[in-house]
Amino acid sequence: MPYTLPDVLVSTDWVAQHGNDAGVRVVEVDVDTTAYEQGHVPRAVGWNWTTQLCDTLVRDIIPADKFEELMAASGIAPDTTVVLYGDNNNWFAAWALWQMKIYGHEDVRIMDGGRKKWLAEGRDLSTDAAQVPRAKYKARPADTSIRAFLPEVQEAMKRGSAALVDVRGPQEFTGEILAPPGLPETCQRGGHIPGAKNVPWGKACNEDGTFKTIDELRQLYGGVGVTSDRPVIAYCRIGERSSHTWFVLKYLLGFPDVKNYDGSWTEWGNLVGAPVEKP
Amino acid sequence: MNADDYSTRNAELDGWTIVIESYRVGPRFYCTVSSADPGARFARSEGATQEEAERVALEKARRYLAQTRVRKT
Repeated sequence: MPYTLPDVLVSTDWVAQHGNDAGVRVVEVDVDTTAYEQGHVPRAVGWNWTTQLCDTLVRDIIPADKFEELMAASGIAPDTTVVLYGDNNNWFAAWALWQMKIYGHEDVRIMDGGRKKWLAEGRDLSTDAAQVPRAKYKARPADTSIRAFLPEVQEAMKRGSAALVDVRGPQEFTGEILAPPGLPETCQRGGHIPGAKNVPWGKACNEDGTFKTIDELRQLYGGVGVTSDRPVIAYCRIGERSSHTWFVLKYLLGFPDVKNYDGSWTEWGNLVGAPVEKP
Repeated sequence: MNADDYSTRNAELDGWTIVIESYRVGPRFYCTVSSADPGARFARSEGATQEEAERVALEKARRYLAQTRVRKT
């Protein structure tokens, strides 16, 4: 059975065949911001999530004017088909897609399996930075219906107005560790938002980095009571893993009301007086 | 140009299960280290040989993992 909105996902084959088509722009976004220079899909543009996909002064997503500039400099017009991919099974590719959807980009897709699958298949790589003609871009007003802010999350916790899905690892969920092993601790308290269900992001993926089937995904989330008949808010530590789950729920499973809480645990776990549940 | 000799394998490092990803692009070998759970990449290196790339990446990984404290819940 196909995904609910299958057009948001393309295969590595599709990118190999259509990545150079007019009206298509391939973009790599990695956790490891040096990966693009090692070799990338030929003609792919590279975005740095630490400087280009966030506000570098205030903690926030990229401001609209900077977003417009990034799109224009990347040769992306409002009608461009954008294909995003990256390392870590598309963590920050999903983060970029979520922000592009906030600013109303119509046709943006994920390459299933991401950088890992492209490399494993021995496909062509280039080390040349892509030279793309500048485009004109006007962002739409920000669509905050796919973004959860703290008050809404607090309301969901108190009143059960939305299912809270914590997509971090089990040890982060229980508070045994404050960040993924090997990464800096970025919060004062460990644990999870009371009432949240733990569905680690990686459970949505196969070994090769591709997404699991729609039946497997339904079973995964339905098994803990996360279903399409109720609003869902996903969170993690800084919002990128939860944008991956947001993508799965919104597009692959077609949930009508899903939000990414990008404040995530770095906000909640540092908030004075915020209730914390553990384990 | 493409990635050759791509491989991933799980290993134990100081009590943590890690995933070691190795490949070669042209003359350079690359290695990245991720936690098996939750799958976050936290160390990488490159070198003239696979052994060199992995050795340096694992040294970095060990250093970073030493900063992770496990608490009783």
